[in-house]
Amino acid sequence: MTVGVVSFLRGQAWIWSFLATAAVWMATIIFTGGVGGGQILTAALSFAIFTVIVGIGQMFVITTGPGNVDLSIPATMALSGAVTTKLMDTQNELIALGVLVALGIGICVGVFNYLLIRLLRIPPIIATLSASFLVQSTAIAYGRGLRIKPPPALADFTTAQIAGVPVLALCGLAFTAIMGLVLARTMYGRSVLAVGQNMRAAWLAGINVERTRLMTYMLSAMLAGLSGLLLSGFSGGSSLNMGEEYLLASIAVVVIGGTSVAGGRANVPGIWGAALFLYLLVTMLNTFGASAGLRLILSGLIIITVITLAGGGERKR
Amino acid sequence: MFHGHLNARMLRSALPALSLAVLLAAIFYTQPRAMSYFGLNLMLQYAVPIALATLAQMFVITVNDLDLSIGPFVGLVACIGATYLHDAPALGLFMLAGCIGLYALMGALIHLRNLPSIVVTLGMSFVWLGIAVLVLPTPGGKAPEYLKALMSLQVPLVPFPIVAAVVIALVVQAALMHSSYGVVLRGAGGNPKAVARAGWSMLRAKMIMFGLAGVFGVLSGLSLIGLTTSGDAHIADRYTLYSIAGAILGGAEFVGGRVSPVGAVLGALTLTLAGSFLIFLRVSPDWQIGAQGAILILVLALRALISRGEAR
Amino acid sequence: MTRPPQQIVDLTDVAMSFGAVRALAGVDLAVAAGECVGLVGHNGAGKSTLVNVLAGGLIPDRGRIKVAGEDITHRFNVRTAHQHGIRCVFQELSLCPNLTVAENARIFHARLRGMSWKRRAAALIGAKLDEIFPGHDILPHDIIGDLSIGRRQMVEIARAFTVTVEPLDLVILDEPTSSLDAVTAGQLLAFVRRQVAMGTSVILISHMLGEVLGTCSRIVVMKDGGVVAAKPAAAFNRESLVSAMGTVVEVQGVAPRPEIAGSRQGEVMVEARSRRQLNDRKLVAHRGEVIGLAGLAGHGQTRMLLQIFAAAGKGDLFAEVRGPVAIIAGDRQTDGIFPLWSIGQNVTIRSLRGMVRRLLIDSDQERAMAATWQQKMRIKTPNMDDNILTLSGGNQQKALFARALGSDAGIVLMDDPMRGVDVGTKIEVYDRIRQEAAGGRTFLWYTTEIDELKYCDHVYVFRNGIIVDDIPRDELTEARVLSASFHEAA
Repeated sequence: MTVGVVSFLRGQAWIWSFLATAAVWMATIIFTGGVGGGQILTAALSFAIFTVIVGIGQMFVITTGPGNVDLSIPATMALSGAVTTKLMDTQNELIALGVLVALGIGICVGVFNYLLIRLLRIPPIIATLSASFLVQSTAIAYGRGLRIKPPPALADFTTAQIAGVPVLALCGLAFTAIMGLVLARTMYGRSVLAVGQNMRAAWLAGINVERTRLMTYMLSAMLAGLSGLLLSGFSGGSSLNMGEEYLLASIAVVVIGGTSVAGGRANVPGIWGAALFLYLLVTMLNTFGASAGLRLILSGLIIITVITLAGGGERKR
Repeated sequence: MFHGHLNARMLRSALPALSLAVLLAAIFYTQPRAMSYFGLNLMLQYAVPIALATLAQMFVITVNDLDLSIGPFVGLVACIGATYLHDAPALGLFMLAGCIGLYALMGALIHLRNLPSIVVTLGMSFVWLGIAVLVLPTPGGKAPEYLKALMSLQVPLVPFPIVAAVVIALVVQAALMHSSYGVVLRGAGGNPKAVARAGWSMLRAKMIMFGLAGVFGVLSGLSLIGLTTSGDAHIADRYTLYSIAGAILGGAEFVGGRVSPVGAVLGALTLTLAGSFLIFLRVSPDWQIGAQGAILILVLALRALISRGEAR
Repeated sequence: MTRPPQQIVDLTDVAMSFGAVRALAGVDLAVAAGECVGLVGHNGAGKSTLVNVLAGGLIPDRGRIKVAGEDITHRFNVRTAHQHGIRCVFQELSLCPNLTVAENARIFHARLRGMSWKRRAAALIGAKLDEIFPGHDILPHDIIGDLSIGRRQMVEIARAFTVTVEPLDLVILDEPTSSLDAVTAGQLLAFVRRQVAMGTSVILISHMLGEVLGTCSRIVVMKDGGVVAAKPAAAFNRESLVSAMGTVVEVQGVAPRPEIAGSRQGEVMVEARSRRQLNDRKLVAHRGEVIGLAGLAGHGQTRMLLQIFAAAGKGDLFAEVRGPVAIIAGDRQTDGIFPLWSIGQNVTIRSLRGMVRRLLIDSDQERAMAATWQQKMRIKTPNMDDNILTLSGGNQQKALFARALGSDAGIVLMDDPMRGVDVGTKIEVYDRIRQEAAGGRTFLWYTTEIDELKYCDHVYVFRNGIIVDDIPRDELTEARVLSASFHEAA
């Protein structure tokens, strides 16, 4: 009986992140006396979308099993932002090329990550960390700290709103739905879930384990690259440390969103709930006048609390 | 075949010392003036805090975990050191002891709930940073005089950082590799089931190792403000990466409790010197981190080659 | 039967079940001081479970455990077993690979601490190694991970016989010679005889019957979770021991499998050689055959199946495989099921590739396959969308059969798939295999149950990683399989 209830709640874990989001939002607007509730939501959607994009990539990586994590996301974002803004050089005609280059950078980083894991037989954490050193350095050397404005059309697109709803967030919603479909209904998605539950059983069930892992690291890096491009459009140019906060954020939204860190169980809607929650939490604390230090402490503690409650699960093998 | 194994292992354990020697030779070749008391002192200035942080990381790696919070933790210690420890030493010491206790509890939580250490320590990195910002909102503060005096100690003939590194390496080497309980702690990483079956508490082993990581994090932070003379919450953000890289350069394996304290210190020295070497080569500072990443990958590749040879 | 006055351990009516499987069905076993008891039996006879109970690793469901006359059933665990002088050398090595030989001795003995612990530990383990394996080349500061598997085994054995403060009364050796060469195995057995003469008791489990007959004073034969014979070693010889382990009924008379026309001929589907095989004996399977892989557990059968699986489609130096291959795991939990998935998803995963329409998996087709195979395999569940773990073990296994049989694989490998499966399920599955084979599928069936070999057209017996006998169907007898599985020489 209790097992049934627990497994039901686990299956619906994304509800919690949305409930928490709603609670935090309510607390904020009660404090402000009902003022600015709409703007807060608009802002939350505008900022959360970048966390969502990289979070989905991280979710696929984490879902491929214990130990899999991509720490090169921030560096990839920085590199993509630096390269594409310079390449597009504020010209609208070059945006398409910029997108291709952003994705291309992602493919390169993803393949590099995978090759390190495979050839050097090192844990993904170390591999993606080492790779991120190189990627970050390339970004620094290439960007030279110059802040080039994005093409106007890109800036417009990333900041456009329809009735208070950011266009980018709508696109993100569609993209999320597609990724949900990929996970549940494509051979690749099923392979990710199978590999994450049990790599050996997946191999014995005829799944190409190595190709699945390669594609997953590529996907994560491509999304990071894309997100770097969009973020530089949104914030009026790229900066070398713009990816920094997404290291923890990408992992946090995966964990808070109800994806299992033990692998094999992903939760797509939870990514949205968690990303909105993280943003609104900071907003709420700001509204309450909490200091930067307190905000950091609470963010950290919430992640630890969620992971403690969700449990690492019995370690398989 | 048996001897093939031995040779591969010796080669692998000699790798940290070899990489350091190669790097030193390259430095002296490109910049002969570096081969002096003053030159070495300057190049290795920050070797002590980095080596201590690397050892902290090594303790955690020994029990098959990874600590992504050591950098912010060192930053927090630096902040406490530059404020409370200077103004109210008793309170400062109490706070530092509390930090070490929290570290041990973090180990207990990871063990009891079987949590992935990356997520927990990543979360804690924010907690440390948050506390540090509360303690010292803007860079500043004053390091206690005795720390400054200690870190600028002039030792005859051999520069102080080298002396300190050797002493630290030998002390930890003796404790972890040669003491009877150190064996149990390393065994806890090598075959936890067997160690538990022999009647040892795995919880205690984990707490001790994380607690030791806390102790060395504190020492790292204090030695750091001894050099910088003031504190900053972000002063050691890079130390997480340095400590992992240093431990790996020093020959630590990620699972199975195979670590080497002397190697870790050598790895930290290598990492510190690599920075200076790149400056001598007139490599732009932009490529500093990249070069460190490249060195890391190179060493890992060499190791993979050696163990591939071993497997045959 | 006259029993020596002092019993080291005395088990009475010990019973133990794992789910539906009864591993021990009320076993009595007493070991007296200075006695060497040989424990033999075929796979699944209950030896390992009994040994684990004796070493404190498993708590039995029922029964009484007395150590040195004292009833300690309720506080018996590995630690108290050690304190009461009972040691066990497990088959899976319990050494820390990152530590040295001496350091592993220190882990074992809490007393080895203080200033000169390293010297004392080295002296302790070194002396014991010298005593048991004179002329060995293991140094106390060698790291375990660098040693060959045989040397690790030597260290593990020597460590079990070292004494600091706790007494040493009984040592259980579970297949101690499995990775030792003939010389070191001989040294060990000689040491065991000396040790026994000095009053320590030993329980020896070995598939080398010569070792058991030549070393033990008393032999206990187990079968189906119970003791079927317990007599002084002198009362046994090789033949009587083999026949005591087996059933009296010959397999031949009850053979239920109808002859297939063209058995042992037709298109060759699999041809594989063990990597360790020195002669040119190889495994051959023709289309529509059921090939049995027999022998004691862990003697290379699974490795052979995995080798064939890995070679599927492309082939390699040691195996040629024609056509797609599916494998049915025996260890469901680690090699088979996906615990987070529904029964249907577990069944269809092997066949999804063929259901992809415009990039997406066709849900209807997936559901249809699940429904078809629920019927064909008679998987007992109200809903194929329920989680796989809601099924009993036997039905989980049926789902794994459905996964393989529902796929496009012309060759199906079975890795002892009936482990822990109830009789009703087994009979249904045997039927299914027969039908599928008649339809042209080829089966390679590793089984630890001799009874199942009677469903096979041809049987290969494995020992120490190689094929030691191949038995055509009409020559198959239990005695021949057992005889090939157990090695004669000491």
